[in-house]
Amino acid sequence: MPEPETLFEKIWNAHQIDSDDAAGGAPPLLYIDLHLIHEVTSPQAFTELRSRGLKVRRPAHTLATMDHSTPTTPRDASGRIPIVDPMAAAQLEQLEQNCKDFGIPLYSLDSAHQGIVHVIGPELGATQPGMTIVCGDSHTSTHGAFGALAFGIGTSEVADVLATQCLIQRKPATFDVRFEGRLAPGVTAKDMILALIGKIGVGGGTGCVFEYTGEAIRTLDMEGRMTVCNMSIEAGARAGMVAPDDTTFEYIAGRPFAPAGADWDAALERWRALPTDAGAVYDRSVTLDVSELEPVVTYGTNPGMSVGIGARVPMPAGVPDLSERRALEKALAYMGLEPGQPVKGQPVDVVFIGSCTNGRLADLRMAAQVMKGRKVAAGVRMLVVPGSRAIKRQAEAEGLDRVFKAAGAEWREAGCSMCIAMNGDQLEPGQYAVSTSNRNFEGRQGPGGRTFLASPLTAAASAIAGRVADPREVMS
Amino acid sequence: MTEATFTSRLVPLPVENVDTDQIIPARFLKTVDKAGLGDNLFADWRYDAGGNPKPGFVLNEPVYRGAQILLAGNNFGCGSSREHAPWALAGYGFKAVISTHFADIFRNNALKNGLLPIVVDEATHRQLFSLVDEDPATAVTVDLAAQTLTLPDGRAVEFPIDPFAKHCLLVGVDQLGYILSLESEIAAYEAKTPARIDTTAVSISIISISS
Ligand code: SF4
Repeated sequence: MPEPETLFEKIWNAHQIDSDDAAGGAPPLLYIDLHLIHEVTSPQAFTELRSRGLKVRRPAHTLATMDHSTPTTPRDASGRIPIVDPMAAAQLEQLEQNCKDFGIPLYSLDSAHQGIVHVIGPELGATQPGMTIVCGDSHTSTHGAFGALAFGIGTSEVADVLATQCLIQRKPATFDVRFEGRLAPGVTAKDMILALIGKIGVGGGTGCVFEYTGEAIRTLDMEGRMTVCNMSIEAGARAGMVAPDDTTFEYIAGRPFAPAGADWDAALERWRALPTDAGAVYDRSVTLDVSELEPVVTYGTNPGMSVGIGARVPMPAGVPDLSERRALEKALAYMGLEPGQPVKGQPVDVVFIGSCTNGRLADLRMAAQVMKGRKVAAGVRMLVVPGSRAIKRQAEAEGLDRVFKAAGAEWREAGCSMCIAMNGDQLEPGQYAVSTSNRNFEGRQGPGGRTFLASPLTAAASAIAGRVADPREVMS
Repeated sequence: MTEATFTSRLVPLPVENVDTDQIIPARFLKTVDKAGLGDNLFADWRYDAGGNPKPGFVLNEPVYRGAQILLAGNNFGCGSSREHAPWALAGYGFKAVISTHFADIFRNNALKNGLLPIVVDEATHRQLFSLVDEDPATAVTVDLAAQTLTLPDGRAVEFPIDPFAKHCLLVGVDQLGYILSLESEIAAYEAKTPARIDTTAVSISIISISS
């Protein structure tokens, strides 16, 4: 009997090229199946290649899109999006030139499949179980939802992968994150992952790869699994993964890059062998029961600072550790919140639905379900930004855009938008936003902006109420 | 190559969980090179809306000018994978950051740019803050080869560092060059492993039609 292995170990072992004791104590060399690139973290890597006279080793394992600094304002009569920021325009031009020079397929703004890098990979069927996937972006962990080992890298490593299709990496530890039970109505995948980060902290997963297991994960659809895996990095984990199952295979089947015919059957056989063997041991583990979980919302300036929607902002006086107390005081001062005040009812100025965390069709459907026949509160700006052009088309075919527009929300073009506020979509100093994205860091959504992270249901309910609201009250 | 030893004063930044959006806000990432990022290091804490230095922020205090070590709060560098963060820190003139804990991607990115992420235990961390508090001219010595941080009282505290990263920094090994030297191993792997995807296989008409 071979040693039982975890999902992570199976993928790692199938991709480690050299032996464990490489020359000079170098970390193992890992082969990368799919390298995703975008305009912001790639230019300096191509400069490095040019300065060394190197080619891209495997353009056919590489895929590029435009998402971070792209405007989401309406297209003009010719179907083009006007790019007013000259620096963003230069960056996008540079990506186009680099992809042309090095032979990399690019899903540019003119492509029908352009969108956020972590949305289009799965949508095109490029993200598949058992793969190693990297991108110069920390939310690459999203692709782990398919049973892939996917993680973010820095720009020097982007150059390494472009030139060699490999990375040197120390092997991370394994961490079993078990979600037991079933979600109550009005509670979503986003609430699960926010609850986990709240429990183990923003550094709780450092050095580890999460494998999400348990009934509550198995019963999630692929969109929900992607939402969970997406925010693994917010707990400090290198990656997050879910073992592939029939839900995964049904999602992939028939997509542009999915294997077909006999290749599909062969792929299925390989993929079915990936889940963690009985008796395999993880380095660490944690269990959360989601049956009693409420919608979760953050109140502070990192994704670990969260409470159930019915709870109050914590009191710094009650925190024994001095540095933690200082951190809480600083966060509350930035957020302009009183210790002990209820989170629910806090007035908001902006609601943002979108991002690689919650900008997929299932997320837009959830939000639309709350918005239908209702109006965005007076004085509140609501932006709905689909994660890709394909999602935008599908949402329009289902009439979701009309629900949002009738409610008074803005229906935008695809991109990262107010998740990172690089493209002109941003908060004004002091404004409060309920946002379905993944980071509530100071200034993340614009200098001085204040973010409450929440699910699409909570965000939509808050747009209607004009305050942080409990979706279960609006929906009932 | 990184200097094997150096002595410097410390810039104290007692903030927990400093994320890469604070180190270099996203709006400064619309650049296609590495130059100039140091000017916008900690931009939102350092400058007001008009671009003037905010009095009270530590980088604006003359007493800390020229110091090459950032003494940060717990868990430094979480968030985005942007290598612009170590580029900005190194561009400003920092050679090392001291904390109790670093986020994985930040630590990797820092080491690739000759910026040392120095992990110390909580007691040493507290001691360093109180030493700087008492005397802003407090200086410490970093010895990369010995992996020690020497405090003014002569106590040498060991810090961990990945052995290969240390080797690369001390000898000046170029990591991409190292991977390129493994070409025959990479080629052998590719020869025995079927490609798991061909991103050029989907016809360009699907890729570029506008809807
Ligand atoms: S949507 Fe936000 S988190 Fe996702 S890739 Fe874009 S900027 Fe990063």
